[in-house]
Amino acid sequence: MMRLTIGHLYPDLLNLYGDRGNIQCFCKRLEWRGIEAEVVPFLSGDEIDFSRLDIVLLGGGSDREQELVCGFLQNIKEDFKDYVESGGVVLAVCGGYQLLGKYYKTDKKTIYGLDILDITTDWKPERLIRDIVLDSPLFDRPVVGFENHGGRTDIGSHTPFGKVTYGFGNTGDSGYEGVVYKNVIATYLHGPLLPKNPHVCDYLLERALQKKYGEETSLEPLPDEMEKKANSYITDRYNDRKYILKETIKRHT
Amino acid sequence: MRLRSRIAIRFAKITSGLIRLMKRGSGVTLPGYVARRIDPGILREMAGQVREKTIVTMGTNGKTTTNAILCRALETEGKKVIINRTGANMLNGIISAFVLATDRRGRLDADYACIEVDEISSVGVLPELRPDCALLTNISRDQLDRFGEVDITYNKLLTAVRSVPDTTLIINCDDILSYSLAEESGNRFSAYGISEQIFDDISRSEIRESIFCRKCGKKLEYDFFHYGQLGIYHCPNCEFARPEPDFTANNIEMKGEVYSFELDGMQIDSTARTPYNIYNTLSAYTALKALGAGYTKFKEMIEAFDYGNNRESIFMIDGARVQLHLAKNPIGFQQKISLVLKDEAPKDIIIQINDTAQDGRDISWLWDVDFQYLADSSARRIITAGTRRYDMGLRLKYEDVPCETTTDLRASVIDCARTGTKNLYVIVNYSGLYRTNHMLSELEKGVTDQ
Repeated sequence: MMRLTIGHLYPDLLNLYGDRGNIQCFCKRLEWRGIEAEVVPFLSGDEIDFSRLDIVLLGGGSDREQELVCGFLQNIKEDFKDYVESGGVVLAVCGGYQLLGKYYKTDKKTIYGLDILDITTDWKPERLIRDIVLDSPLFDRPVVGFENHGGRTDIGSHTPFGKVTYGFGNTGDSGYEGVVYKNVIATYLHGPLLPKNPHVCDYLLERALQKKYGEETSLEPLPDEMEKKANSYITDRYNDRKYILKETIKRHT
Repeated sequence: MRLRSRIAIRFAKITSGLIRLMKRGSGVTLPGYVARRIDPGILREMAGQVREKTIVTMGTNGKTTTNAILCRALETEGKKVIINRTGANMLNGIISAFVLATDRRGRLDADYACIEVDEISSVGVLPELRPDCALLTNISRDQLDRFGEVDITYNKLLTAVRSVPDTTLIINCDDILSYSLAEESGNRFSAYGISEQIFDDISRSEIRESIFCRKCGKKLEYDFFHYGQLGIYHCPNCEFARPEPDFTANNIEMKGEVYSFELDGMQIDSTARTPYNIYNTLSAYTALKALGAGYTKFKEMIEAFDYGNNRESIFMIDGARVQLHLAKNPIGFQQKISLVLKDEAPKDIIIQINDTAQDGRDISWLWDVDFQYLADSSARRIITAGTRRYDMGLRLKYEDVPCETTTDLRASVIDCARTGTKNLYVIVNYSGLYRTNHMLSELEKGVTDQ
C-alpha cells in the first residue's frame, strides 16, 4: 500500500482562514483512493526531520505570528532548502508564501524569510481582500479562492502560479498570482485552496507519489461533482459582468 | 440644545419616515448618516442627554444577548433605557437609535443607554459616547474579510478603549486576548470568568487564536480550555497568568435542558440551554455591579429571561419541532454543533451559508469548525442551502458526512417537516436570519400551501 506523510508546519501559529482544509483535502483524496495518509503537525520549536516528509504545508498567520515563526524558521532554513531543491512537494499559502522569500517588510519591522524563493514582500496599509480567479498553465480548469493580504510580493524572474482573471494577485497590478518553483506551489489563495480546486490537490499528490514511487505512478480520477460545482460557482459569478458591476458599486457606496 | 442638533434630528426623522413610507428596508442606518452630516457632534450631544450612565458592549460573540440582559435588568428596576437594535451597531446605526428615540422637541428621555458597538466602529464611537463602562465579551476570528486578521481587531479595540481613559472596562479574564487588552489599555477594569470546566469536547474546536504570551512571546500553558483560546492559562516564562475573576459562576449544573449555578451568593435556576449563555449572564452581572444599578432584582429577572432573542427560535410546523439557529463564525458554529449533539433524538439538519458583505465574503472559516461530529448526530438528512451551499457541502464531504444541496430552502423545510423526523434544525448565517425567521413563522401559521 502506498503511503504519504504530510508535515503541517506550526499549526499553533499559522492556522488562519481555514487553511487546515488543505490538509483535510490531501488526506481524504488519498484515503478515497486507498492510499494511506499520515499528518505530522510540527509545533513551534519542534525538530523537523524533512527526510521523512512527502508534502509540507506552510499556512498563513497574522503579521505578529509570522514574526514569531520567523525565529523558528531560521533553525530549519538549510534543511527546508535542501528538501525543496531535491524536489520535495510544498504548498505555501499567504503568510507561508511570503516566508519562503527573502523578506517581508512591514511598517514596523522586517521579517526575514527562508530565502528559498527569490521574492520579496512589502506591506501596504490597504489590504487586498476579495474573491480571486486564476488561469494557470498547469490546469485546464480555473483556480478559485479568496485573497486577504497586506503584503505586495515581487516575484522577480520566478514563474507565476497563474494569471489573474478576477481579483488582485501578487501586487494588485502585476496581473499574476503566486509562484511555481520545482514542486512548490506558493500562493495567496485561501478558500481553503484545495477542496474547491481538486486539480491542484491531485497535481501536488501526484508529484509527491512520483517522487516516492517512481515517475509512472498516477492517480485514479475521482467523481468530484460537488468540487466542480463549488469551483464553477465562483468562476461563473465573475464571468458575469453585471455581477461584477453590482459588486463594484456596492463596494464604493 | 444647539440649533444644529435640532435640525439634524428633524431631518433624520423625516428620512426615517420616508424610508418607512417607501418600505425600503428597516431604515436603521440612513437617518443616522443624515443626522451626522448635518451635525457631526450629534452623538456627543445625544449621549450627554442620558441622565445616569452609558454602557457599550463589544466583542466577537455574545454582544446582543449580553446587551439585552443589561437592558432588561435596568428596566426591571424601573429605569428608562435606550438600546440599539441588532445590525445597527455601527456609527450611523447608533446615531439613528438615539435620534429616533427623541421626543418632538428633540429631547431624549433615558436614564441609561445600553449600546452594542461593532469592533471596527468602536474607534469612532467610543470617544463620542464617552461611556461609563465598556464591556468586552471576547475576541476571536470573525468576518476576516472586513477585519483582515484578529490582531487588527485587537488593535482597533485597544485604540478605542485608550481614547476613553475614564471608562471602566468589563472583561472576560478567561480570554487571554481580552485580558491582555485590559492590561495594555491602562483603563480600570473588572473581570469575570469561570473556573470550572463546563464546555464539552465538541464545543472546543482544534482551531483557536494563537496562545502566545503577549508580553514575552512564549507559548502559554493551560490547565484546561473552555473553548477557543478561552481557559485557565499562565505563561511558563514570565508572570503573566489568568487573574482571579471579580465575579464567577460556581457549582454549575445542567438540570434537564437548562443550567443552574451560583453567582455572587445567589442560586440561579436559569433558562440558559448553552454554557456560553452563562458567560453572557456573568458579563452582564459584572457590568451592572460596576454601574451600580440593575442588580437588586437580578435573580428574578434572569430566571424569567428568554435567551432566545430571535436567534434561537422554536417553531411548530406540520407537527414538527423546527429550531432556527444563527451561526456566523467558527466559535459560534462550534457551540451550535455541541447543542445539536446534546439532542440524541433522530433529526434533520439544514445549513444555509450565504456570502453577502454582511455575512463576510470569505467563507473559509467553515473549515475552522469541527464538523466531523455531525457524523454521530443521528441526522437522517443534512441539506445545505444558500449562495455557498456547495462549499458547505464540500466541508461535509471532506468529513465523509453525506449531504444534499437545495436552492429552495422553504421547500426543503416543508419537506423535512412533513416527511422527516419531526425534529428539524435550521442553521443559518447572518443575512439569512431575518428572512428565514419570517418564513418559518409564516409556515407555523399554516401557510404551507402555495
